[in-house]
Formats: sequence, structure tokens, C-alpha cells
Amino acid sequence: MENINAENKRTRSQRESRPILAIVILVVGNVLLAIALAASVSIGASEIGFTMVWDAIFAFDTDSTAHQIIEEVRLPRALTGALVGASLAVSGSILQGITRNPLAAPSIMGITDGAAFSLAIIYSFIPTMAYSQIMFWSFIGAGLGTILVFGIGSIAKGGLTPVKLALAGIAVGALLRSLASGIAIYNDVAQNMSFWYAGGLAGSKWLSLQLLLPISGIGLLLALVLAHSITVLNLGDDVAKGLGQRTFVTKGLGVLIVMMLTGAAVSVAGAIGFIGLVIPHITRFLVGADYKWIIPCAAILGALLLVLADIGARMINPPFETPVGALTAVIGVPFFLYLARKGGA
Amino acid sequence: MKLSTYIKQKPLLFIGLLSISIVVLFFVSLQTGTAALSPLTAIQTLFGNGTEKDSLILFEFRLPRIVIAILVGAGLAVSGAILQAITKNEIAEPGIIGINAGAGLAVVLFIFFVKDIPFGFSSTYLLPVTALVGALTAAIAIYLFAWKDGISPVRLVLVGIAVNSGINALLIIFQLRMDPKDFDQAITWLSGSIWGADWTYVLAVLPWVILLIPLAILKASSLDILHNGDDIASGLGIHVERERGIFLLIAVGLAGASVSVAGNIAFLGLVSPHLVRRIIGPKHQMLIPASALMGALLLIVADMIGKNLMAPSEIPVGIVISALGAPYFIYLLIKTD
Repeated sequence: MENINAENKRTRSQRESRPILAIVILVVGNVLLAIALAASVSIGASEIGFTMVWDAIFAFDTDSTAHQIIEEVRLPRALTGALVGASLAVSGSILQGITRNPLAAPSIMGITDGAAFSLAIIYSFIPTMAYSQIMFWSFIGAGLGTILVFGIGSIAKGGLTPVKLALAGIAVGALLRSLASGIAIYNDVAQNMSFWYAGGLAGSKWLSLQLLLPISGIGLLLALVLAHSITVLNLGDDVAKGLGQRTFVTKGLGVLIVMMLTGAAVSVAGAIGFIGLVIPHITRFLVGADYKWIIPCAAILGALLLVLADIGARMINPPFETPVGALTAVIGVPFFLYLARKGGA
Repeated sequence: MKLSTYIKQKPLLFIGLLSISIVVLFFVSLQTGTAALSPLTAIQTLFGNGTEKDSLILFEFRLPRIVIAILVGAGLAVSGAILQAITKNEIAEPGIIGINAGAGLAVVLFIFFVKDIPFGFSSTYLLPVTALVGALTAAIAIYLFAWKDGISPVRLVLVGIAVNSGINALLIIFQLRMDPKDFDQAITWLSGSIWGADWTYVLAVLPWVILLIPLAILKASSLDILHNGDDIASGLGIHVERERGIFLLIAVGLAGASVSVAGNIAFLGLVSPHLVRRIIGPKHQMLIPASALMGALLLIVADMIGKNLMAPSEIPVGIVISALGAPYFIYLLIKTD
């Protein structure tokens, strides 16, 4: 099959790396993220001042209602938002890196659909299942979806090419999604599923952080370790092989990291779209093609976008929550359109 | 293995096989349904010698539905083949030019805001028009945003991603605020279903398909050149921008018309050209007609299964397409280079 990749058409300006801008993004981004997290803890149905937030974290008082709200509801929610945002953005960056396809996103790799398939079964047949178990099984579903994709890509004749990986992801995803919708429509739980597809952080508890923190933490660290190999792989399979890289290992590790990060993120926060697709593009437009910079910057930008969108989700129409996946798109789309036109692509 | 090599060298044979399968399935599909007709009755009725009741079933319910499946399947498949060529992206499909998202949003908004129109009337005539308007609006928006001294394939894909994300966000917001009854109507549409089993709909899709698909076949050689790169194309004296613009219009027209009567049938436009390419190779002269037939065939089969498997309730055809097409596609992915 002919594979003339869109990537080849990237202009020189996008191939270059811009470390200074990247460092600026990392520093400013971290400061903004800290402010956003504080704001996220402070803003809500009952307004809590910044000093109170400070006290609640560093001098917790068990008798104070405000301290308890912060401790039990707001803090885990804000931290979950940051971790989920970072995980999705880094997953997307890695996928676009190893498939060399600008349309690649965590949601097309069978991961989100694997989790959706588990959930459709749980909602239909075991509706009383505890939250922690639901989380666990959707993570397992996400993992099985990914293994299926990677397995099919690997045993395919002609080897694991980027196109094969993307196509296998789409095919497995379509299959799992159709089965999930079939089960959901037949058992009348389709609207529950669509709440899950919309994603959200309302259910975040310390329990979700217990799953998220170790898995995402390890995943993000591994992503940084793998960054250099992905930069090389992104130049093309032949170039990478010529430079002595074992491309199959890089791809396998990349998919493993994506599975950990996306699996953990979707099992606590549902299918929050957009971040995993668009933050990697935005990051790449800004800092260039070196994944040593793309990965940390994408993590910061993803975390920042999701924390901000979550604040918006609570403020726009209280006491109802606006779907956070929709807000990330509303905030991000204009910026992305601007960059796509400016990028000279 | 021998047979597949043989077919690869004889694309016309493959096209012939697809056509025969469609004709056979056409007759099988005529007989099957809630009220079964025997093969003989079906054929007799088709040629005007049936009872009044049989004629009614055949001409007013089954025939238009099968014809629509053929037209829509062909339209989506050719639209997908064209888009994969002009964006040079293997995973491009009619969805990336905003057709599905735009049509989906228009339909959801319509169901959300216009509650008092009688169900039958609104779903027969107004929903398809609404969907077509939504599809074309989104496609125009993407085209305008992507235009900057011409349409580069990469920018088209990126802008498509952005606009689709934005429209889908709005779609989610409205969907979650719907009443459960409205939601059911919307989700059925969004999952894709051939509810437009009506001759009016056939007339609405037919002109697009019978004009645009032959046009695409006629210009197939420049599609080969566009697919192989702009530099080569300009070098060969093709007006790259003009040709790409024309093909984009063809793709939008085909997908818009299809989506407006059959809803959001995912995966068909992506997978049909791939299936065909893996069997007869990448030349568009043969790829386009074969994709059209493959799309039609898949949709007839899927509609037949969706209609009958859990009768009298129907499974949305979009779901059947994915459940059927994906495993076959995975098999081909594993077997071919």
C-alpha cells in the first residue's frame, strides 16, 4: 500500500526545536498551574478564601467544615484534573509520534473503547457494582483493547508499520464501540453511557487518586525516558533503524505507556476528548519536534487546560456541571485554529 | 492465495463479482423482513404481477430502502476514497471534513428546540433537510478556515480536527440536556439508520450519486497524481489547487447527501476503500468503482442484518457495519502487506 505520509510535508520551522520557548512554557506553565489549582480548590458552591486553602493543606483542622470540603472534595478533584489532563496530553503526543499521523489520538487506539465496552457490560448486568470496582474493570477493559490493537498490528504481514498500528486501532475501536453501543441500547443504558463518554471530574475522590497517581506517575516518568527514542522514530522507521534503534521495542514501550496513562485517565474521568488530540499539536507548534521538550510541555499544558475547564464546568451553570470535555474544546479550538493557520503547514 | 493473486491482476473480475453479489443480495433482501415473501412472489410482484398487499410491501417499503442502502453505501465509500487520496492520510474519512458532526449538531439542535412538530412529519421531511444544511455549513466552515493561498492537505486535516472537536463539544452539551425521549430519537440518528425508506429520499440522493461518482471515475487519473504528492502533480502540469478543490466538492456532496438520509454511519467510508485497495491495489480508475460497489454491498448486508436479527426492533445499521466490517478488515490487515 502506498503510504505518503502527511508528516513528510511538515515545514522546516516545525522540524526545528525551540528549547527556550519550551523552558518558558515549563516555568510559566507550572506557576499558572499552581494558581489554577488553588483557584480550583477555592471556587465552588461555597467560596473559600486562599488563606483558608493554605491553612487546610498545611494546618488541617478537623472541626472546620471548610477544611473538610477542601480535604474531601476539592483537593482530590483538582489534583485528579491535573493528572488526567497531563496523562491524556502525553498519551496523545506519544501516539502521534509513533504513528506519525496527525489524526492519531488516545481515543482511536482501542483504549477508550475497551473501557467503554467494560462499562456497557457493568451498567447493563451488574449495575450495583462499587465505584472502585468499576474503575478497576474499566482499566482492565482499556488494557485489553490496547493489547488487541498492538497484537493485531504485530502479527500483521509486513510488520508493525505506523499505518498498520493506526488502522488496527481504528478497526478494534470501531468493533468494541459498536458492541458497547449495541449492548447499551439493548439494555436501555445508552444515556448513562453518554454521560461517561462526555467525561467529568465530579466523581473524583482520594480513591481515584490512589489508582491514578502511581500509574500515571510511572507512565509520565517512562514517557520522559522514552522521549529521545520517539524523536528519532518520528523521523521515520527507516531512519530510526539506520540509527540503530530497535523500532519494535520503542513502539511497544510507547503503546504500553499510552495504555497506562489513558487507561488510568479514562477509568477515573470518562472519555474526555480533545486534550489527547489537540494539546499535542499545540505543543508541537510551540516547541518544535523534539520530544524531550514536547512531553513535559504537553503534560503541563494538558493539566492546565483540564483544571481551568473544570473550574469553568462548575461555574457556568451551577449547581449543574457543564461537561468538561466540551469546555476543553471551547477553550482550545480557537487557539488551535489560529496555530493551524499560522503554522504554514 | 492463488485466487487472490488472480483477482489482483483482474480488477474487472473483482468488480463483476461485487456486482453479482449485490444483485443476489438485492433479491434476498426483497424477500426478507417482518412479512416474508417467497422468492417467486417477490419476483412476480417486482414485475407487476403481485397482489395489492405484496406490491405495497415491496414498492413502498422494501424497494426504496434497498435502493437507498445502495446509493448511500456507494456515496460514503467514494467520498472516503477521495478524501484518503487528497489528504494523503490513510485514516481520513468523510467525518474529517465535518460532514457527520455538522449534520449531527443540526439534527440534535432541531430535535432539542422544535418539539411540537408531529414526529412522522418532522422525521420524514425536515430532519434530512436539516442534516444536509448542517453538513454543508460545517464543510464550508472547514474549507474557509483551511484556505490560505490554497488548501494544503495537512492544514485541511488539522482544521478538520479543530472544527470537528468544537462541533462535537456543542453536540455533547445539548445531548445531555435532552429529555430521554428526544435523546432516544437523536441517538438513533447519530448511530446511523436507514429510516428514510421513502421514494422522496431516493430522489434526494440519486442525482448526487449518479452525477458525482462517474465524474470521480472520469477524473480518477488526476486523483492518482494528487495522492502521490503535490510536487509531482505540479510537475505533471496538473492544476493542483483546482483539482483538489473539485474533488473536495465531490466528496462533500456525496457524503452530505448520504448522511442527510441515513444518519451518521461511521466506519463505512473509512473501511470500504481500504478493503478494496488491499484486494485490487491503489489505482483509482478501478478503486473508485470497486469502492462504490463494496460500500453498497456492505450497507445492504448490514441493513438486512440490522432489520432482521432482533425483529421487530431494529439495530442501528451503523453498529452492524462496525461489528461486521471491523473483523473482516482486521483479517485483511493481518493477511496483506
